[in-house]
Amino acid sequence: MYVYDEHDRQMAADRVEQFRDQTRRALAGDLAEDEFLPLRLQNGLYVQRLAPMLRIAVPYGMLRSTQLRRLARICRDYDKGYAHFTTRQNVQLNWPALEDVPDILAELAEVEMHANQTSGNCIRNTTTDQFSGVQKDEIADPRPYCEIVRQWSTFHPEFAFLPRKFKVAVNASEHSDRAAIQVHDIGLQLVRGENGALGFRVHVGGGLGRTPMVGPVIREYLPEQDLLTYLEAVLRVYNRYGRRDNKFKARIKILVKALTPEGFAEKVEAEWAHIKDSPTQLTREAIEKFQTYFTEPAYEQVPDVKETLAAQRFEDRAFDQWIAHNVDTHKKPGYAIVTLTMKKTGTPPGDVSDRQLEQIADLADEYSFAEARVTHQQNAVLADVRQDRLHELWEAIKPMGFATANLNKLTDVICCPGGDYCSLANAKSIPVAEAIQRKFEDLDYLYDIGDLDLNISGCMNACGHHHVGNIGVLGVDKKGQEFYQISLGGSSHHDAAVGKILGPSFARDDMPDVVKSIIDVYIDNRTQEEAFLDTYRRIGIDPFKERVYA
Amino acid sequence: MPEVITEDGSIINNEWVVVERPAEGESLALPDQPALIPADLWLAGKEHYEGRKEIGVWFDSHQEPEILEGVVNELGVIAVNFPKFADGRGYSIARLLRERLGYKNELRAIGDVLLDQLQFMKRCGFDRFVLRADKNAEEAARCLSFFSQSYQAATDTDLPLFRRRAS
Repeated sequence: MYVYDEHDRQMAADRVEQFRDQTRRALAGDLAEDEFLPLRLQNGLYVQRLAPMLRIAVPYGMLRSTQLRRLARICRDYDKGYAHFTTRQNVQLNWPALEDVPDILAELAEVEMHANQTSGNCIRNTTTDQFSGVQKDEIADPRPYCEIVRQWSTFHPEFAFLPRKFKVAVNASEHSDRAAIQVHDIGLQLVRGENGALGFRVHVGGGLGRTPMVGPVIREYLPEQDLLTYLEAVLRVYNRYGRRDNKFKARIKILVKALTPEGFAEKVEAEWAHIKDSPTQLTREAIEKFQTYFTEPAYEQVPDVKETLAAQRFEDRAFDQWIAHNVDTHKKPGYAIVTLTMKKTGTPPGDVSDRQLEQIADLADEYSFAEARVTHQQNAVLADVRQDRLHELWEAIKPMGFATANLNKLTDVICCPGGDYCSLANAKSIPVAEAIQRKFEDLDYLYDIGDLDLNISGCMNACGHHHVGNIGVLGVDKKGQEFYQISLGGSSHHDAAVGKILGPSFARDDMPDVVKSIIDVYIDNRTQEEAFLDTYRRIGIDPFKERVYA
Repeated sequence: MPEVITEDGSIINNEWVVVERPAEGESLALPDQPALIPADLWLAGKEHYEGRKEIGVWFDSHQEPEILEGVVNELGVIAVNFPKFADGRGYSIARLLRERLGYKNELRAIGDVLLDQLQFMKRCGFDRFVLRADKNAEEAARCLSFFSQSYQAATDTDLPLFRRRAS
């Protein structure tokens, strides 16, 4: 994992002192509200429905146990004892006091964390696959590149006041995309070029929100050393020509659409030609230096423990289900990737208490080289667990509420904080998630339905990624009443697609039954090997419409 | 007389006035003091302005600095307007003037210029700042040096941190 050197520490400290100064001037009335707004946003601070909200960056989702413990302490000392894992691998505090924020940032800086650029019209936290570095089919570890982008984008003087927010995601797997790169402003897919050299396929202009779009490819192959100069060219074109007259048309996707992907790519290439060979071009030594921070932990030479595991699974059905659903194959023999699910019915998706943060820290220390990861599906991951300790780990996490064996199933809902917390929301989202989870509590039924992404957002801003849910739910406001619109067929994976709206919206109480009807149509129509999305793509939306609105 | 901040935060007198773009059909009225006129108008009447050191130009945030390619250094002062501080186009304009067009002389930020953006402006090549009148110029020096170093190359340094670390 990346470790700060004296330069990083100095800049983190400078940033805290700068924000302390800005907060002081804001509280003294020397900074007008609209002047302070972008400054506090770029330090993660929103003013929300009930209190300020602080969004803390977790760069590419990686956390050391010491950082988890510090987060727990901050939750206790400055908040109400819990935090929220977001859909972009960040952590949010819901109740900090404005005047405490500089102290919170100072506490974070002590453990090499920050809230830089987690909001505002700037380059946000770069995200990636939570299985980076431990999965089998990865082209190369994406995290060194994420860290390279993080450093380049941090306090970038030219791009601190973009037309709108800007999100970059990197994916390294050949066969899957857990980072949803095609719905980001820039999506980078690691690829090997014809000569075998590493590079990126570059998508630009994907995104959710009001105008959901799958990002087109604007460059099939970008050599790795050109990563930053090319990003700089994209950002410069966007900064100069992105719309600033209408907030809802200001994302880069609108510019890409207006110019056409080819036209946009041409502009970027023309800009890039000027800066391609500038000192911002990465050196081999620099890339290798970043890679040294993400080397393998001290794995032991242990064999796979197939027989023991098989026996344990045979004896205990619940353990068997947990292994089947929440444990993934590791690149090293004898190891496994474990996802700690945070989707126990009755707990808001992504919410964790201070105690749970400490439990995850303890588990990381005990089972996974003192590191954990957060996922954009709002779960946590222990990436390096020895197979011969899986049963012991499972016993340990059951009472903590992390062993619900529903990963990637219907009840593993992605959900924004919604109208319970967020001042932008049109409707509550957490109670809808809970009502649906209750309807589908029977695990056998859930497994029979199979992998399915159910995503819920409380408003158009789409923090719950509803457009790319196989089933998407969007909260809407109709004359002061909360209603929910359903879309079907979305995907954030390699086959990325924006879902299609099913029809008129529903009252909250009807939602579990509506979802049940949709599932029934799938079950009635599927062939043996079809997942929900496959059936939907084959039969189209009409059979679902007919059943739901019958 | 309003003040100007220099790149090290000192406060000096401002001798330059910004001449707004004249309305359609009207001609540019030059004042009796050093004046900054719209860059495209200067270019259109370049022969007329040749050698006049008391004439500089200004760009608005939607304009393209490339129009001055090859002639920038005939100007002693170029200003870039920030119509609103949150309009970040001026940062790109400044870098292009400096790094692409090779502009060597004074580059000033005008318009909605506040304290907390000064260091970013400086990094992008501005060396004079006409602070918005209600802001305290005494605080500028501190705000110009919040950060003791930076990750990226920009106009102020060719060396991104990854190159400095390597040496």
